[in-house]
Amino acid sequence: MPFIPHTETDVREMLAAIGAPSIDALFEEIPAALRIKSLDGIPEALTEMETGRLMQQRASRDGRPLNFLGAGAYEHHIPAAVWAIVTRGEFYSAYTPYQAEASQGTLQLLYEYQSMMASLTAMQVSNASLYDGASALAEACLMAVRAHRKSKSARILVPAAVNPTYLEVARAITEGQNLKFDVLPYDAPSGTLGTSSLDAYKGQDITAVVVQQPNFFGLLEDVDAITDWAAANNALLIAVVNPLSLALLKPPGEWGTKGADIVVGDGQPFGVPLSSGGPYFGFMTTKLEHVRQMPGRIIGRTVDLDGKPGFTLTLQAREQHIRRSKATSNICTNQGLLVTAATIHMSLLGSAGLEKVAAASQTQTSALVAALTRIKGVKLAFSGPRFHEAVLQLDRKVSDVLDALAKRGIVGGYDLSRQYPDLGNALLVCATETRTDEDIAQYAKILGEVLK
Amino acid sequence: MHEPLIFTHSRTGRSAAGQYPQAAAAEVPEKFRRKKRAELPEVSELQAVRHFTRLSQLNFSIDTHFYPLGSCTMKYNPRACNQFAMLPEFLGRHPLAPDSVSQGFLACMFELQEMLKEVTGMKGVSLTPMAGAQGEFAGVAMIRAYHKARGDLDRTEIIVPDAAHGTNPATATMCGCTVVEIPSLPNGDTDVEALKQALGPRTAGIMLTNPSTLGVFERRIQEIAKLVHDAGGLLYYDGANLNAILGKVRPGTMGFDVIHMNLHKTFSTPHGGGGPGSGAVGVGERLLPFLPIPIVGRDGDRYRWLDAQDLPQTIGRLSAFMGNAGVLLRAYVYMRMLGRAGMQRVAEYAALNANYMLARLQQAGFDAAYPGRRASHEFIITLKRQAKQLGVNAMDFAKRLLDHGFHAPTTYFPLLVPECLLIEPTETEAKEELDAFIEAMIAIQREAEQDAAKVKGAPYTLPVRRLDDVRAAKQLDLTYQRG
Repeated sequence: MPFIPHTETDVREMLAAIGAPSIDALFEEIPAALRIKSLDGIPEALTEMETGRLMQQRASRDGRPLNFLGAGAYEHHIPAAVWAIVTRGEFYSAYTPYQAEASQGTLQLLYEYQSMMASLTAMQVSNASLYDGASALAEACLMAVRAHRKSKSARILVPAAVNPTYLEVARAITEGQNLKFDVLPYDAPSGTLGTSSLDAYKGQDITAVVVQQPNFFGLLEDVDAITDWAAANNALLIAVVNPLSLALLKPPGEWGTKGADIVVGDGQPFGVPLSSGGPYFGFMTTKLEHVRQMPGRIIGRTVDLDGKPGFTLTLQAREQHIRRSKATSNICTNQGLLVTAATIHMSLLGSAGLEKVAAASQTQTSALVAALTRIKGVKLAFSGPRFHEAVLQLDRKVSDVLDALAKRGIVGGYDLSRQYPDLGNALLVCATETRTDEDIAQYAKILGEVLK
Repeated sequence: MHEPLIFTHSRTGRSAAGQYPQAAAAEVPEKFRRKKRAELPEVSELQAVRHFTRLSQLNFSIDTHFYPLGSCTMKYNPRACNQFAMLPEFLGRHPLAPDSVSQGFLACMFELQEMLKEVTGMKGVSLTPMAGAQGEFAGVAMIRAYHKARGDLDRTEIIVPDAAHGTNPATATMCGCTVVEIPSLPNGDTDVEALKQALGPRTAGIMLTNPSTLGVFERRIQEIAKLVHDAGGLLYYDGANLNAILGKVRPGTMGFDVIHMNLHKTFSTPHGGGGPGSGAVGVGERLLPFLPIPIVGRDGDRYRWLDAQDLPQTIGRLSAFMGNAGVLLRAYVYMRMLGRAGMQRVAEYAALNANYMLARLQQAGFDAAYPGRRASHEFIITLKRQAKQLGVNAMDFAKRLLDHGFHAPTTYFPLLVPECLLIEPTETEAKEELDAFIEAMIAIQREAEQDAAKVKGAPYTLPVRRLDDVRAAKQLDLTYQRG
């Protein structure tokens, strides 16, 4: 029997110890009318070999197209050591470290992770992760409402150039709690938020301002000015960032005069494969003064009975298993395994390595933009400074172009026209350090033929 | 065993240089540029590998230890599930890649939805919730959306038994509902009279776990379902204990309108040191329009994503993409390898192991919290007597078990049973392992009678002894400070 070790003798002895005539008798408390005989809709079992063949067929059907799509999930090199260690059973098959003495490996790793994320974002504290970047933004908005006791409005300002799916998720998750999201238009020529759109809210009760750096179009926002505007108008500042970009870009803790209050994002660029959208992990860092309003697990260093240092879950009085209906969030799990990957990844690359990866991604995106805009019918939408994504405008419907490219083995980018109709036939493209000059030339060649 | 922090291995200028390109400098205007590097470790590849391998060795895990953590279903995570979910094509697939280059992946997800419908008796499934708690959120949000769509705006109360997981009341609050708690009877069943009192025109629904967290099957479930439905409320099934009844009884047949499943429990995806989980939801007819998006649909022989255009009343998106896809693939592989008979065996042998341990521990003199009841896939031992007579409590037993090489059962949950150990062996453990655990419990009992202080000082053989949690919360040390 797959995964079940019992022999007939075992079963006989165990039933005798229980004093039950059969295994079936163990279910006698379930009303007979509810019991089912068999699961006819489930296929018969496959052996591991047969399952492997099936899965390989499915995988091969999708193939390995050349990818120029980002939009919140980015293809980067992952050192072989990362997943070799992550899939060690001691990490892979352990649970939440409730028994601290038997979980020091996971706990110390999470403490190291918290230290790295705090330093990378230039904030004081980090939690042990949330589900993903989008749900982390939702949690940040709820946290801002709790942390900003003087604000009564629960009103959050969100630029239109924040990842629109993140905003959709934030709305869905906060739906029952009466938050109000006001979407601010971006400045049409630059694709970034001008403080003039913020000034319409001057003097009003605003709980928080969200800003994404780089924004969904890959462009750099004037984060210093926006952070200062939030501080001057008594609003908290929630930063949404790509953690890789922070190897090059000013960290949120140093934005403006006072820095961001809450920083969130998706940790996927650090050692987590694209894998169809998950599991990734969301990160959250904040100022020490807000730590008791932060959701999710937090690890602290302390000492044991003999005075020896050790690690444990701390500030648990915020959490659902203690506070039940008054908890900061219903969240219990973090994304421990993905954090394990990210912590190993950050350790292997270090700041110097991440800088190189970020720089190479930016360089390759510039090369991609140069190559594609040489094609008739393709132009660059915004010329300002960017990280590793860019908006192109095409002379025809984007979805048709993407379909044609997919047929020729290219995943060509993200179609912005549904969420941003004012941008026309707009396509968001991305090249990371994994895209070679040959890859870019290949994309340009095929796009040229498609647009002919 | 002790492993220093990775930062102490760090030396300026050291790195794993083969892991990144020697790229040209970036073009970042001065005002956007980072001035001071983040303090990440500067170590060689071997130093990193050795450090994290050593850290892993400080953990208990299913692969290394019996891990009978009640309510968590710590069963074997087949290695094949991991290997097949990590085929390069699956790992490399961008979540927003066109459907035309995603048919293989979408076929797996569609079939997973169908199989989950079959085992739960539900009419529709969405795979997007990223954890059990998010599945719960989706479930309660759908119940609210249902009442709202009918103009039934006063239904904001969620009834929760006192034995429920803490996530149940926390979720109800998150959805803007108020919580009405009802007691359990001394025999472990829900107090139906108290339920009747709690039901009314403000009732949105009830959240139940069945079998409950007390380790027993709720025998009056049909009556409860009728009462709640007659009062205009809906029934939410917390799938935490689905392992106990897989293929034996369907939540849909019991009368539930919505369920979340913990794929990391019942369908054996890894717990990963506290995640990722996956909290797929299933619904009956009434809640179909409200399912979270995206869902995989089928037109003829083509699979495609269904979104808000297909489900205009959806409660929306809960993740940036489609949830924890890699976890879902692992669950899919597991279900295909078990097949229809294998799934029924899960519940059968989980129940056999639990009832065997319960019987033997009772024979050894331990007190069952609900004697006379059949255990589901888990059961509760109460150490109230030992705490009173010997001064040795459930936490002391738990810590001493670690010295015997067993991960402790769940302690102090459910909150209503004093000094409890919630023990869930799962179907994948062999009888010898269960016997060894039982012998350890007997040895600890004997030790407690002879030398209580010895038990109270445990553990002795782990990387650290008991930790000062008060100090951890008062003198916060949450990040490493150099110097």
